[in-house]
Amino acid sequence: MRALRPVPHINMTQDQQVIQAVEIRTKEVAARKRRMALLRTIGLVVGLVVLLTILNAATHGDFLTPGNILNVLRQIAVNAILATGQTFVIITAGIDLSVGSLIALTGVLMAGTMQGHPSVVGGLILAILVGLSVGGGAGLVNGWPVVKFGLPPFITTLAMRLMASGLAFLYTRGQPIEIDNQAFNFIGSGFILPSVGHWFGIPGIPTQVVVMLAVVLVCGYVLTQTRFGRYVYAIGGNEEAARLSGVNVFGVKLGVYVISGALAGLASLLLAGHENSGIPQAGQGYELQCIAAVVVGGTSLMGGRGSISGTFVGALLIGMLYNVMNLLGVQSYAQDVVLGAVILVAVLLDQLRRQYLAS
Amino acid sequence: MQSTAEPFLAVRDISKAYPGVQALDGVSLDIRSGEVHALVGENGAGKSTLVRILAGAVRADAGQVLLDGKPIAITSPRQAELLGIAVIYQEFNLVPYLSVAENIMLGREPTHGIAVDWKELNARAAAALGRLGVELPLNAEVRRLSVAQQQMVEIAKALSTQARVIVMDEPTAALTEDEVLKLFEIIRTLKAQGVGIVYISHRLEEVFQIADRITVLRDGKHVKTDSVSAFSTDDLIKLMVGRSLAAHFPELPPDPPREHTLLSVRNLTTPGRINNVSLDVYPGEIFGLAGLVGSGRTSLLRAIAGADSYASGSVMLEGDILHLRGPHDAIEAGIALVTEDRKTQGLILGMSVRENVTLPHLEEFVHYGHIERGEETKSVANLATELHIRTPSLEQLVKNLSGGNQQKVVLAKWLLKKAKFICFDEPTRGIDVGAKAEIYELMVELAKSGTGILMASSDLPEALGMSMRIGVMRTGCLVHVFNRGEATQEEVARFATGTAH
Repeated sequence: MRALRPVPHINMTQDQQVIQAVEIRTKEVAARKRRMALLRTIGLVVGLVVLLTILNAATHGDFLTPGNILNVLRQIAVNAILATGQTFVIITAGIDLSVGSLIALTGVLMAGTMQGHPSVVGGLILAILVGLSVGGGAGLVNGWPVVKFGLPPFITTLAMRLMASGLAFLYTRGQPIEIDNQAFNFIGSGFILPSVGHWFGIPGIPTQVVVMLAVVLVCGYVLTQTRFGRYVYAIGGNEEAARLSGVNVFGVKLGVYVISGALAGLASLLLAGHENSGIPQAGQGYELQCIAAVVVGGTSLMGGRGSISGTFVGALLIGMLYNVMNLLGVQSYAQDVVLGAVILVAVLLDQLRRQYLAS
Repeated sequence: MQSTAEPFLAVRDISKAYPGVQALDGVSLDIRSGEVHALVGENGAGKSTLVRILAGAVRADAGQVLLDGKPIAITSPRQAELLGIAVIYQEFNLVPYLSVAENIMLGREPTHGIAVDWKELNARAAAALGRLGVELPLNAEVRRLSVAQQQMVEIAKALSTQARVIVMDEPTAALTEDEVLKLFEIIRTLKAQGVGIVYISHRLEEVFQIADRITVLRDGKHVKTDSVSAFSTDDLIKLMVGRSLAAHFPELPPDPPREHTLLSVRNLTTPGRINNVSLDVYPGEIFGLAGLVGSGRTSLLRAIAGADSYASGSVMLEGDILHLRGPHDAIEAGIALVTEDRKTQGLILGMSVRENVTLPHLEEFVHYGHIERGEETKSVANLATELHIRTPSLEQLVKNLSGGNQQKVVLAKWLLKKAKFICFDEPTRGIDVGAKAEIYELMVELAKSGTGILMASSDLPEALGMSMRIGVMRTGCLVHVFNRGEATQEEVARFATGTAH
């Protein structure tokens, strides 16, 4: 008795040609996908250039100057770093509403740490450790009830948002703490490689931008090339299937909140260094700004789908819009109206594109 | 047969293509009043596409649908409802937190001005249930009902829309045997009231029990329509797969020697689910688990595979007691679980074949923290070829594969780094005859190579045909173990229902 369809043989000689064919076909498809992605990117860049030219014309040439481009990049640094952390959380189908308040809390704690510290370098290192560990620790507190008791992350991070903000005010009694550590302030507002900058008539490459690009590149690598990253997508796609496949769901989910919290600490370093002080009101509303960047960048709030590169483009787009509106003298309330509309249209277009591709 | 000769719903030369697939190719079908018309075919034969066209979920590329001889356009699900066509999908469309009556009348609530007329709503819902001859509390929340009861609510909902044709897609997939009989009674009641029923099922025994006529589809084409008496089971399978399958089940290898146990379970207990279960499985053995739905088979498999924790007892693999804190520990030890529901538990539908297959053993492909995609592709290509996974490429998202191919992807996950012991929970649920045969062959090959298999199956012929020994579970206990050749369907059913003595 036997089935007529050829049956699989375990541990027997296989038809190498067929295997190679599958492999080649897969590589072809992968290559085609890469080409499509490249084409999409080229399309995006072309669109961007056209948009930039129009914007530039509208601002009478003020927009496309090296100095102004640098401005945009500096302005988006904090949001791009927050949004990068947020991307990890959102791909697991979570959300982190606490990052804005964590900027305030870690900022004032870093400022407090450095106050009266005798050594510049020692104070800087200590402050960075405090910022990253308080941010990361807050992430643990955010994530633990989520993974252990299944609480919605909306709730735990909302609670953290209130607590962190309250603690920042308690610690400072509502007053900013000045930072006189030159090294710290340099990271937030300095320039490196002045000789390169000289070519473009700018003071150099802003340290903020360097930090931002480093974060984006490292996190992009982690998300696309490592086990941790693959697991982040797997959990967002189907948490139960991931668990049954042996994925350490507990650790990975906790990890994404820690990353988000620690990056909030890092973003705070840039912001506080830029302002030369730890301000308890800092970072208000940033949690929504960074979620906007993530969503405009094509990451699904349902989880399982998204990218750091998309998030970076999202942050860039939002930053450019604000910048152009400033150059055009649009008043700030009107700017919010425009930004809201842009977010809506961007996500709508993305949705329509997906539906088109699916059909 | 009280079928009138005149078809009142007719499908003429319907075609529908999706990118790369001709899902339907000039298919015609007619449905008479008061008949049960079974639609059979392998997965990918075009049944689902035909159903979607009738339901107004997709539009046909060519051909027409006639109602009472007049061509109609089914442009939306709402339009289908107005025309009197109702579809009951495998996954129900009910709102879990609304009551039975509210679900039946959803979207068609009778009103007094702007307020819902609850009296009228309940009366109409009761009337619909009355036509089925079933009693359900009208104000009970739907999520508290059993699967079978929820199905009754779906059918009542269809009736309350004055449906003249009800399409049932795999209606018995989640029902117990008693519930299936009850459903058949209801179908007969509907027939007597002149409702036409399109019945889709992979379970051919059921088709022979309930259908008046059978239409066979294969690869999107119409193969044959005739009254049920014109078919034998073998004919039907032959027509469905386009060749004859000499036997449904492959020949099992002889019983392995019982020198060393592979897996030993001792006094395994989870309150309310499994009660003091002990069993031994030897290398190369296929041990079947039969029992009613809810008898604890799934819980037992999940406990062994670390998916659920257990209160007391022990699981030993090759003599070592396992400390299972989660699936990860079981996988490390070499135990795999092929879950009952591949879509919600077995696969990440939005990920590619490659990513799904390597997920349990991703560490094998990591060098210095970096995943080597080339090696991933090579390994998965090997497996995909061995298992005959039919996919355009390994980058295809698994949600786009057929049920049988999805199940093979699940298996590939556990063959990548060969598991020593595999728990199969309903290994062939919802997959077509051809893929079933392949899965059975694969299980036999695995057993021959020394893998131990524990297989829970609600399909009695499958449990009998594929097991060397069969254990029967009832209310969490392993009540009896049949040695090879001892079990019959009747005996197993007696132990499963507690009527054996």
